[in-house]
Amino acid sequence: MVGYLVVLLLVLAAAAYWIGRTRAIASVNGDVARLHSLPGQHGMFLALFAAGPALLAILLWSLVTPGIESSIIADRFSSELSGMGIPQVEAFIRDARAMAFGGHVGFADPTKEAAAAVYKSIHTTSIWIIWAVALVLSASGFYWAYSRIAPAYRARHVVERVLRAFLIACSVVAILTTIGIVLSLIFESLRFFQQVPFYKFLFGTHWSPQSAFTGAGAEAGAVNEDIFGMVPLFAGTLLITFIAMLVAAPIGLMAAIYLSDYASKSVRAVAKPVLEILAGIPTVVYGFFAALTVAPYFRGIGESLGLNVASESALAAGVVMGIMIIPFVSSLSDDVINAVPQSLRDGSAGLGATKSETIRKVVLPAALPGIVSAMLLAVSRAIGETMIVVMAAGLAANLTANPLEAVTTVTVQIVTLLVGDQEFDSAKTLAAFALGLVLFCITLTLNIVALRVVQKYREQYD
Amino acid sequence: MNIMTEAGVEQKLSSGTNAPSIKMKGEKVSVHYGEKRALFDVDLDIRENQVTALIGPSGCGKSTFLRCLNRMNDTIDIARVSGKITLDGEDVYDPKIDVVELRARVGMVFQKPNPFPKSIYENVAYGPRIHGLARSKAELDGIVESSLKKAGLFNEVKDRLLESGTGLSGGQQQRLCIARAIAVSPEVILMDEPCSALDPIATARVEELIDELRQNYTIVIVTHSMQQAARVSQRTAMFHLGYLVEEGATDKMFTNPDDKRTQDYITGRFG
Amino acid sequence: MTDAISSFGAVGRPVSIHTDDAAKARLKGRYRTETWFKWLGAAAVALAGLFLVLLLSTIVTQAIPALRQNYLTLPIDLSASKVDPAKLDAVNYDAIAQEALTAKFPDVKSRQDKRLLRGLISTGTGVFLRKDIAADPGMLGGTVDYAVPLDDFADLYLKGLLADVGSDEAISTSVTPSETSGDIDLTFGDDAMLTLARGHGATERENGTLTLTSGASSLLVAFNGGTVKLTALSSGTNGTAVAKGTVIEALDSTAPAASGQAFLRVIDTPEASRKISDKMIVWLDTLKSAGLIESRFNSIFFFTGASREPELAGVWGAVVGSFLTMIVTLAIAFPIGVSAAIYLEEFAPKNRLTTIIEVNINNLAAVPSIVFGLLGLAVFLNFFGMPRSAPVVGGMVLALMTLPIIIIASRASLRAVPPSIREAALGIGASKVQTVFHHVLPLAMPGIMTGTILGMAHALGETAPLLMIGMVAFIVDIPGGFTDPATILPVQIFMWADFPEAGFQQKTSAAILILLVFLVIMNAIAVILRRRFERRW
Repeated sequence: MVGYLVVLLLVLAAAAYWIGRTRAIASVNGDVARLHSLPGQHGMFLALFAAGPALLAILLWSLVTPGIESSIIADRFSSELSGMGIPQVEAFIRDARAMAFGGHVGFADPTKEAAAAVYKSIHTTSIWIIWAVALVLSASGFYWAYSRIAPAYRARHVVERVLRAFLIACSVVAILTTIGIVLSLIFESLRFFQQVPFYKFLFGTHWSPQSAFTGAGAEAGAVNEDIFGMVPLFAGTLLITFIAMLVAAPIGLMAAIYLSDYASKSVRAVAKPVLEILAGIPTVVYGFFAALTVAPYFRGIGESLGLNVASESALAAGVVMGIMIIPFVSSLSDDVINAVPQSLRDGSAGLGATKSETIRKVVLPAALPGIVSAMLLAVSRAIGETMIVVMAAGLAANLTANPLEAVTTVTVQIVTLLVGDQEFDSAKTLAAFALGLVLFCITLTLNIVALRVVQKYREQYD
Repeated sequence: MNIMTEAGVEQKLSSGTNAPSIKMKGEKVSVHYGEKRALFDVDLDIRENQVTALIGPSGCGKSTFLRCLNRMNDTIDIARVSGKITLDGEDVYDPKIDVVELRARVGMVFQKPNPFPKSIYENVAYGPRIHGLARSKAELDGIVESSLKKAGLFNEVKDRLLESGTGLSGGQQQRLCIARAIAVSPEVILMDEPCSALDPIATARVEELIDELRQNYTIVIVTHSMQQAARVSQRTAMFHLGYLVEEGATDKMFTNPDDKRTQDYITGRFG
Repeated sequence: MTDAISSFGAVGRPVSIHTDDAAKARLKGRYRTETWFKWLGAAAVALAGLFLVLLLSTIVTQAIPALRQNYLTLPIDLSASKVDPAKLDAVNYDAIAQEALTAKFPDVKSRQDKRLLRGLISTGTGVFLRKDIAADPGMLGGTVDYAVPLDDFADLYLKGLLADVGSDEAISTSVTPSETSGDIDLTFGDDAMLTLARGHGATERENGTLTLTSGASSLLVAFNGGTVKLTALSSGTNGTAVAKGTVIEALDSTAPAASGQAFLRVIDTPEASRKISDKMIVWLDTLKSAGLIESRFNSIFFFTGASREPELAGVWGAVVGSFLTMIVTLAIAFPIGVSAAIYLEEFAPKNRLTTIIEVNINNLAAVPSIVFGLLGLAVFLNFFGMPRSAPVVGGMVLALMTLPIIIIASRASLRAVPPSIREAALGIGASKVQTVFHHVLPLAMPGIMTGTILGMAHALGETAPLLMIGMVAFIVDIPGGFTDPATILPVQIFMWADFPEAGFQQKTSAAILILLVFLVIMNAIAVILRRRFERRW
């Protein structure tokens, strides 16, 4: 229904463009040079005012109606819903909506059917309202703009100002995204911290939220605060990240050095795409590789050496994650190494240093801040990486530093807690947001520090 | 320090005769950058313990020739050098010659001061360290001190040897680079427009320094400034469009050049 | 190396500190370090290459078997007595196909064996049959030869992925059976079979009998038109060997088979450690040697939706889901990203807000993707009440994630357009907006497109945020619109990788291969665009 309205408005806009153009030309009897703005700009102006406000209204309507409709339903059926918890109420409204829009629901009952009928009628009313509002806006906008079209009218300025506003709005989307992330994480985390104290979450060493609800009878539903200690997750994340960096840092850095200072053109022509392909492979593919090839392989080696390697060892996940990060490290290092001025290399070579002496004693020390920031970015990347660890690391939160054992990570737990059916305000689900907040803060700090360092470093040579 | 003086003494002994002997010699030196030819059959002798100035308009090949003398052109992929350049009679482009050793003997100071982003001490100690010239810390300290003294910088920086070399003024930086080159005890020092980035006062100091260094080292300097060539050099070679136009004692070049192009250049008709 | 170097300081020359023997020794050491360093670098690059080769070769070798599927051609009785043309939907097509299969093996009597036999063909057979009959009612009324897909275990066995099977070898002695069916005794002319059984993991009992348990290799003897599985062996009189065995396929007669007339087939993988029994192997081999099994291009895999049965599972649903999601992502991220880039690069004044936006975009680009998933869950699903598992929500989440990439690439591309172009346009009286939209943007477009394609390729491979918004649900139907529940290719890969059935391992690899092909195509387009339109100012 509303789809038709949008199409209608677009058609109206096209018509308005043509009308505005014609009127502008007619207003000067075809002598276009007498117009302040081009006829097309008058057309655009008219089209913008004919369809723009109405389209904005529709956007606003589509954002707020679901909430309004739900609250009306909840209000009307408040007596029936009074005995239910929040998740049940949400489920009830969801079902009512589904039934109203012709879907099938597992457990239909007369109350839900009644609610669905009410829902349907409210929704129909609301569609009528938006139709009316949109048409009124469109007509008045058209009328107002149409009366403005005159040879001296500065249609171009209006159009350009609207365009500029649109451009600004688009830039603000990035900020809105960040605000959305921060608010949603903080909001849900606060709800979590109402149930589980902050310090128990940050410093607790026991993590098993799958058994979040303990007790029976009167105590059923009480949250056990002691099973939300994130230290083991953090330790596991650090362990896997450390292993990944052990692989990625030397290989990435040496590859960057070799490619920028030693490799012949033909080697570079092969090696650069290889690194780019490694960088372009989706992480889920690395995860599959880790779980099905690398982990059993390490297990086999461990067995032949008499070691007990877990089938979801931190080692396998870490090594594969390291492979994934190699191109990241090498491309960042490459930038940094190339930013060291040639004059320093010449100065060193002019003193009779060999290539490796120049690199080790002049280039690398000079590039050190940049390399450090590259490594920080790589660490941040490793900490936030999800699919490899979800597929290849364990689920049980072991607090261990042994890379042959299975550990779990922050991201794995977020996925585990949120995949599948969930009630949105159980401590389990909210814990995922708290973990997300921790993850966001850590990676953000690392990124900011890294960007600062690299900026300072750039300034040094500019 | 012992090594330094010994080497100096040996050097002195080797040039015992009155007429300055020929330290380096270029014979039919040509350079191509890819398809483009930058230098045409240059024959030039560099005499021991003298300052040889290479002059000429921009792009005339003087820097290119200079960079051939210690094979700095090797770092440019497309550069190709033909002809023969000898150091004490041995061809420096002979495949058997080691470029690292060559550059230790033929040091270089660049147009723009390029101190390493390390401390002043580390800048000067860098060369002796990589070449393993000092057996102990004390010996290294000695080399650093004497090099800075020879470069006339010691008194200015002796209290802040551990501060960054990039924090010095332009002229000090350039003298630091000269000290860095001297610390390796080279036999020849190549200078590629060493004063072009410096103010007149700093330039004067560096010029004085060059004159003093002549006692112990053979110096080749590329310069844009006629006056500088006249002030510091004993011999001058004039380059033009990749050709060596004229070469001779500086006095003669500036008063009575043989070639009209030299005359024009010196009197400022082009450049 | 250094011996050859440096003839400096030769006879008659003064020896300096750079040419004496100590210097030469030092130089030698320095060059050793140099070589080491260089080789370390080369090794790092080679390792990266090795990892890539390892990864790709693992996936390709695993994926190739999944591109084909084995079909069994059966004579299926579709006469009116079996299929009532008036009530096509009420017919049990599976039963009809299974009947046709059991008819091939009249000896199989026991209920358990029959169930095993029926298990050779896919459980989806009935569905295919019904569809094909609906499409071509001319099939009805008689018996037709119809190719049905094999079950995944049967299929994997035929592809050689479930068991190591040796080739048939002629037995160089006579074999005499005691019966034609059931548990029988076999008498071999010599005792070579005993040695062979020992070599294949037979257990030796105290009385000297060798038993072949399910932990040992299976020894199958084929002769007289049937097959016997050996269960125990002992030495007989006069150097003969006596074996006990179970007849899998009935023999024609109890006549002794002469030397070279009986064949031994060894299945090296013990029955206990493979997922297909000896009986099934014998049946499949019989069907195969009868020419009834054929390997075809696996159209099921490419053109159907997901399924719990490996042989019925396809990627088409996920491909369509990915496509719908990408459309949403592109429709949102491209206009917003390019507009934001234009504003920041061309119009924005240098003030605090602009700086904040810039810093913000750089940081957003480095936020872990899973956090975007949390955003989608909290805001799109729970706050705005949008549908779970829908491409529209997935597309929006990916759009927010791709946005910084597109903005950064577009800005770089706009910045590369030289100011002279802007000055020229402004100089003839164009407005700022006209300058940007008529001159700068068209010139920057190839670079913007390249950046957008690379951003989209990145989004196409993204998995984690989509798990958060429920695109991980098991969805059989192929999505028809932006709000239908759907899954996408990387999530499908993730789910299949978790399934225990052996057949899914190949399917996963094949799905990865398809994903990689899409990525290669997108990257190739980006490279071509860059080559074609790249302009150096």
